[in-house]
Order: sequence, then structure tokens, then C-alpha cells
Amino acid sequence: MVAGPPSSPDRQSTVAKLSTAGAARYAGSRVNRVEDARLLTGRGTYVDDISLPGMLHACFVRSPVAHARIRGIDGSAARALRGVHAVFTAEDLNPGAKEQWHTSLGPESPETPRPPLAEGVVRFVGDPVVLVIADSRYLAEDAAEIVEIDYEALPGVVDYTTAEGAETLVHEEYGSNLIFELSGTPESALGDVFASSPHVVSATIHQQAYVPAPMEGRGLVVDYSRATGDLTIYSATQAPHEVRAFCSRLLGLPEHRIRVIARDTGGAFGQKLMVQREEMCVMLAGFALGKPIKWVEDRRENLLAAGQSRHEHASLKMALDADGKIAAAHIDYVSDCGSYPTPWPVQTAQVVGALFPGPYRVPAAGFTAKTIYTNTVGRTAYRGPWQFESLAREVLLDIAARSIGMDPVELRRRNLLRRDELPYTNPNGMPYDHISPLETLEQALTMLDYEAFRKEQAEARAAGRYLGVGLSTYVEPSTPGFGYYATEATTIRIEPSGKVNVYIAGGSCGNSIETTVIQLTADALGVNIEDVATIQGDTAVTGFGGGAAGSRSGSMTAGAVRETASILRERILAIAAQKLEASVEDIELVNSRAIVRGTPSIGVSLAELAAVAYFDPYSLPPGVPAGLEVSTRYTAENRFIWVNATHACTCEVDVSTGAVQLLRYLVSEDCGPMINPNVVEGQIAGGVVQGIGGALYEHLAYDDQGNPLATTFMDYLLPAATEVPLIEYGHIETPSPGPGGYKGVGEGGAIGAPPAVVNAVNDALSPFGVTITRLPLSPSAILAHLEGVGP
Amino acid sequence: MAERTIELTVNGEARTVVVEDRTTLADALREQCHLTGTHLGCEHGVCGACTVLLDGEAVRSCLLFAVQAAGSEVTTIEGLSPADGSLTTVQEAFRECHGLQCGFCTPGFVVSVTAFLAENPTPTDEEIREALSGNLCRCTGYQGIIKAVRLAAERLQPANAT
Ligand code: FES
Ligand code: FES
Repeated sequence: MVAGPPSSPDRQSTVAKLSTAGAARYAGSRVNRVEDARLLTGRGTYVDDISLPGMLHACFVRSPVAHARIRGIDGSAARALRGVHAVFTAEDLNPGAKEQWHTSLGPESPETPRPPLAEGVVRFVGDPVVLVIADSRYLAEDAAEIVEIDYEALPGVVDYTTAEGAETLVHEEYGSNLIFELSGTPESALGDVFASSPHVVSATIHQQAYVPAPMEGRGLVVDYSRATGDLTIYSATQAPHEVRAFCSRLLGLPEHRIRVIARDTGGAFGQKLMVQREEMCVMLAGFALGKPIKWVEDRRENLLAAGQSRHEHASLKMALDADGKIAAAHIDYVSDCGSYPTPWPVQTAQVVGALFPGPYRVPAAGFTAKTIYTNTVGRTAYRGPWQFESLAREVLLDIAARSIGMDPVELRRRNLLRRDELPYTNPNGMPYDHISPLETLEQALTMLDYEAFRKEQAEARAAGRYLGVGLSTYVEPSTPGFGYYATEATTIRIEPSGKVNVYIAGGSCGNSIETTVIQLTADALGVNIEDVATIQGDTAVTGFGGGAAGSRSGSMTAGAVRETASILRERILAIAAQKLEASVEDIELVNSRAIVRGTPSIGVSLAELAAVAYFDPYSLPPGVPAGLEVSTRYTAENRFIWVNATHACTCEVDVSTGAVQLLRYLVSEDCGPMINPNVVEGQIAGGVVQGIGGALYEHLAYDDQGNPLATTFMDYLLPAATEVPLIEYGHIETPSPGPGGYKGVGEGGAIGAPPAVVNAVNDALSPFGVTITRLPLSPSAILAHLEGVGP
Repeated sequence: MAERTIELTVNGEARTVVVEDRTTLADALREQCHLTGTHLGCEHGVCGACTVLLDGEAVRSCLLFAVQAAGSEVTTIEGLSPADGSLTTVQEAFRECHGLQCGFCTPGFVVSVTAFLAENPTPTDEEIREALSGNLCRCTGYQGIIKAVRLAAERLQPANAT
């Protein structure tokens, strides 16, 4: 048996501090989550748990074909059913839509026009055509089943690799199936380097469509009151304020008449970031009927219509000198965007090109990036939406190492950026800083004991067993500091009793933002953590915020808490100084008390100070306002906060069945100091296992007629507990230039894992001369390659 | 559609609910009994989010019709923890080991694990993974969940009982 994972939990997490972080009481520690008590006892409130008096239920009739003209719709039988309140078609519903753009892209973005219900043409299997509203979901489904729709089949464009030249157009009015082609430095400009380099490697790498598949599907309850003009939405969303803004523009209702509440959301991973067509329909229907309406998608709908991600490929080329130093790299990238991509996919494709050089010293690079329409479900965001750059580069590096005859570790060591080279701008203009790619590689190798594994691998091979090791190192931009995402607000109220409430937009879908915000606030105010509560996910009570996206919550909430708390601290210190007859500089805030430094016995509780602030305002020091409540808005100081990691994975491939068993999985990541190591490791683990799923199991497949083949969890294979290895964590802490030195950590796991797994499998198969570059690495794909018939 | 009245015991309370023949147990619990802790992640028997105890045995409430539970005793996630709001050993272990993130799968895991440890109080690591393989979680990568089961098993040993 292979050296198993260490079983002691202590060995599971290694921290190397490259700098000293501040001495906070709660930040940095494994504080239990405040979310858990309700979620463990069944007292959470997910959108499907909302029940309002008179609430009706929605069900969509969806297209059974990939591409067709709608010749006619007969909803009369459905309408006649007892308990059915409305059967909407595009004709009824769509004219109500005033504007439909996402704030982060702006009104001028050349987004694909998205009819709420399909208008005249259906463009993928699952396209919503009719919306039925009835007393119960059961009834709505009954009615949906008897709506008759007459389709005139059209040829479909299913294969995105040939879609550009296809005669049929997914969107006639757009005039092309090519959405856009962007390019950086053309390959021709790198021609001399390629021509003169002793080693030139090339490969084409394909990633299959796979999806976030949060355990809770999308959903919302829309409650519009005609009498008051107020509209309340309960939403499963990462971004409550975006739902409000979008709905306001869609319906032409003033923003302040709309309240969006998102209490608990059952996972999202990018899929619940932007309002999609079904949500538009329910908003329009709720507004039209003036009655509360619930729509919660079932799993089939989620896999049919909530979006696809990751479907893409690229031709890659890399030139290396005689020592294995990279001289140039080029990527021609093509991405399948389906019929209604949300958001406009062109920028993400560009990021794939721009980040392709990764955390390596690459003197010259270039890219092209094409985005393509097909008659399949639209592309949506998924945890690290540009992660293909890492998959492509890291798999190519291993191919290069094999072709040069160099160990993949050695190749990486020679090319990874060193700290003394930072800041470093990659040839596509990406300005890296505050990262530690080489350090994470070395830490991962030490944790793994790379040399020992190589020995074990050799012994196993001699015994006819095939083990492999795979590495991947990436650098990722977190915390976008521009436009819609550049600010975050907090209100902190120290209530008259001295208890603290912190209000922040949130958008947590499992990201633990309630806990981390409470930790940060307790530290910033020097109060006991039990004295702090947080209110999030309600647009009526928190300031605007961009939501949980772009691995931004850690840094942005830290900034927002810091700004607001510092003003409150000043006030508390002033009141305490007066009360204790000491100077402000000598007051310290600890354990919910203000004390005189060095003399803890002389002090006053926050409750007493709050009582003065609220109930004895005339005795406050001059200039200190009454009350202890402050709101501020933090603005990001950096355009990006870079974060990096190395993943290392070992596996055994059973060459008779093609089955892959992962043996060990290690992540050395540098997200700066950690607010809560449990949360950091939890985010990494979740991302890694999604990446493992993508590399080995998951596939949102279509047949060549555009029929989806994976619409249940029987066909769409998520990893289960039996498939995942123990994940071991190493932490390198290079502080970011942002608040607290924190960086974003939500997405990285899903970026680093697929290439590490693919490299491990290819390493295991190297004695057979087999290199698989098409995902997923299913048993049948592996067997086909071993038999020499793999694609 | 014809409705009928059935009687069952839910979390120790006698309940009478009116359901259609096709109403699933999950829907009856969520909608008639207002016990929304039982979640639906697939409605086709794969994810385990809807797991409840039926006469002490873990079952998928999305695959059962409410009428099949007539006369039975059902325990949902809401019925596991003591009335004083404290957590069970299994729940506490999930909390300490960060065995949940979004929490949507959690009631199903907690109910399944509670039944599993009652049946097999000294599981091996492999048995733990095997037992968990009928429940899907998309957030945690199962790391905290596996640890939590091990911790709960240790704490539930008679020698460690407090
Ligand atoms: S909802 Fe019952 S098993 Fe998934
Ligand atoms: S905690 Fe989110 S699905 Fe398990």
C-alpha cells in the first residue's frame, strides 16, 4: 500500500508565516461558526422555506428540442384547470420587461438579448416557453403538462468547435455564431522565438461542460402589493442588491420600493450571481398578478437550464530553451457559451488568455480568445470562471517536462517567479505582486515528500501498479477593485446595552461571512465575540454591496468593518477617557471593556459607555455625538489582490478498469493571514472536490441533436465521500496590500484541482506513452487511451 | 385529485394530515407539518438531503409517499435536538469540524449519521465514507463531515459518555 495520508489532524495543516500578522484575538483562530446552530437543527430559512398567505406556485413549460420555431401555443386546457391562475406566454409577459442589464456590466454592454420567455424561437432544450401559475407546484406541473406547443424543428448548432462555420445561426439577428474574438500578441509575432528555441511543445486540451450544481437550485418568491407599490423578493442569491437593482430596472419600479431578502442560500458557486430568465419571468408574473409567487427549480431544471460552465478547448504552444526555461507561450482559446450566456462571456475569455502565463517567468506570450454561440444552455459563472488557463498551462508544462526529459518539479522550479522578482508584470499586462508561487511549490513538495513518492512509484511500477503524481501552481486575481465591486458598506451599532450589531450586505451561500464579519468586528472594537451579532442579506437594512463574488468577501468586509469600527473606537475611547479621567492614548478596549493600559482593574464596561452615549448625551466629551452607530463605505485600494497556491495530488490508476483512485491531495496556498483557518480550509476543500469532480466524473453532456444526457444526479456524477481523499493544507502567509493583509480564497480550489488530477493520471500512465488531454478522465476514456483508440 | 387523511407521529407529536396519494412524505413534512428542515436536493433519491427517520430507520422522504408513512413514527432534523436548543453529539461534532457550509445538505447528513452511529458505534474510516456515500454535499468536499463522524463516534463511546 502507498504511504497513506497522515491520520493525525495536527499534521493536516501546516502554517509557514513569512511575516508576522497582528495580534488579534479572534481573527486567525478557528472560531465556531454562528451560522451553524440554525443550520444543524433545521431552523435555517432557505427560499423554499418561505410560505406566504395566498402564495401561488410557478412551473415552466420548457422546450424539448434544441432549436425550433414556435408555431403556436395552446394553453386553454391548462387555463381551464381548477386552481390554475395564469398561463403566461412570451406575448403576455415579455412586454412588461423594461430594461434588463446587470449592474457590473452596465447598460451599454453588448449582452445577448434575453427574452424572459422564448419569443418565436427556442434555442436549447430547457428554454422556458410558458409559465404556469397555480395553487400548488403539483397543480402547476399538471397544468404545464397539458400546454400544447407546436414546434417547427430547425437544424441545431450543437458542436461549438464547428459552430463558427455553420450555416444555422443560434441568434439570427446577431449574424454570426462567433460572439467575439479577442487577441493579444499574435502568434506570428512570437515566430522568431518559436523558430529559434530548442524545445517547442504543443497540445490541444479540451475541458467538458460541468456545472456548479449547488445542492439547492435557483429560486425566488416575489411578493408585490398593488396597494402599497412595495415588492419583496426572497431570493437564493449571492448578491441581494443586484437582484434589487435588476428587478427595479426590469419592472420600472423605484429601487427603494423593492426589498430583497436572502437569509440562507444553499450553495451558489457563481450560478446565483446574476438574474437569469426564469427569475425575470417570476418577477414579471408577480408584478402582473399582485400575488405572492414562488418558483424553486428542481434538479432537472437546474441541470437543464441553470447554465453550463467550463466547456472549452485550446491549442497551446510553448517554447523553451536548452535549460528548460520558458521562452514563449501562446494559447488559441475557444469557449462554448451556449445560447444565452450570462454574463456576456467575452471578458472571461480574455482573462483566460491574459493569465495563461501564470506565475511563471514567461518573457513573451500571446493569445486569441473566441466565444461561440450554440443551441445549448447558456454559459454562466462558475468558481474561477477563467480556470482553463491553469488547466491548459499546467498540463502543457507536464507535457513539456516529459518531452524534454526533465522532472516536472525541476521544470517548475526553473520557471516559477521568485519573490525578489516581484512586482512582476506578465507579458499580457497582468501585474502580479504579494505572491509566493515558488514557496507554495516547495511547501507542497515537502508535505508530500516528493522524493519518497517517486521511489514508491518506481517500486509499484516494478510490481505492475501504476501510481502518479500531479502538480499545479496558479496565481489568481481576487477582490476586483473596480466598478460595481469596488466598495462595500457597513453599519455598526453598539446598542444602548453595549451589545453590537454589524450590518453588511453579505450574500453568503455557505461562505461563512456571518462568522468572519463577527470575528473582525469583535477584534476591531475589542469586544467579546458573544457580544456581536450580524445582519446580512436584506437590502432594506444594509447598505449596497456587490455580493459574494470574485473572492472578494474577506478583504472587502475587512475593509468595511475596519472603516466603521475605527470611528466608533474613537468615540468609545473619548467617552472612556473622560469617565476614567485618563488620556485617550492610555485607554485600551478589551473584553467589552475600556481599561487603563496596564491597570485592568481601572475600567468601564462598554455597556456603561453606551448608556452614556445614548441616555446622557449632555455629559459627552465635546465633539462626541450622541449614540454609538456609524455607517461608512470602504473603497478598495487595489485593482486586484493576487492569491496563489500549489496543488499536489497522487493517484493510482487501475489499468484493467481505468478507475482512478486519488491517494493524497495537498494544497499549499497563500491567502495571506487567515481570518478563520476552518473557513479557509473549508473553501479550499470544497473547491478542490469540485475540481476533482470536473477532472474525473462530472459531465453535462449533450447528444449530437442537442439533447441533454445528464439531467439527474444518476447521470450527472458528483463526487461522494467515497471518492475524495483526505485533503492536507499548507499555508504560506504573504500579506496582501489590502485590509488586514487578507486575500480571497473562495475560488482557488476549483482552479488548482483539475490540472493536478490530470497531471497525476498522465504521470501514472506515462509508462504506456499515454497523455490524455480531454476531460473528464473517466474509466472508459482511460481504457480507450490505453487501447490506443483515445481521442 | 383525491385527498385522504392520514395519521402519523412526527417528532413525538401525533399529526393528522390531508394529502393526495401522490404527495411525497417530504412535501407533507415541509408543507403540511411546516417542518422545513427536511430539504430537497434532487427529488429522485440520490442526494440524501431529504433523509428522515421512519420508525428509526433512515429513509429518503422524497421517494416515499406520505400515505406510506401512515401510522408510523417519523423523526426529522427538528426532532433530533433536545428542546432546550442544545445540539446533539453529532450536531456538535459537525459544528466543531466545520462539517457544513451552506447547510442545505446538513439535515440529511445529520439524520443519516445519527442512524448510522446508532447501528455501528465503532466504524472504521472506510465504513464512515461508505455510510456517507449516500448523501451528497457540494460545499465541504466531505472533509469536515468525515472528521465530524469520527469525532461523534468517539464521543458516543460509552466510556466517553458525559
Ligand atoms: S431529495 Fe431525496 S434523495 Fe435527493
Ligand atoms: S454544506 Fe452546502 S451542500 Fe453540504
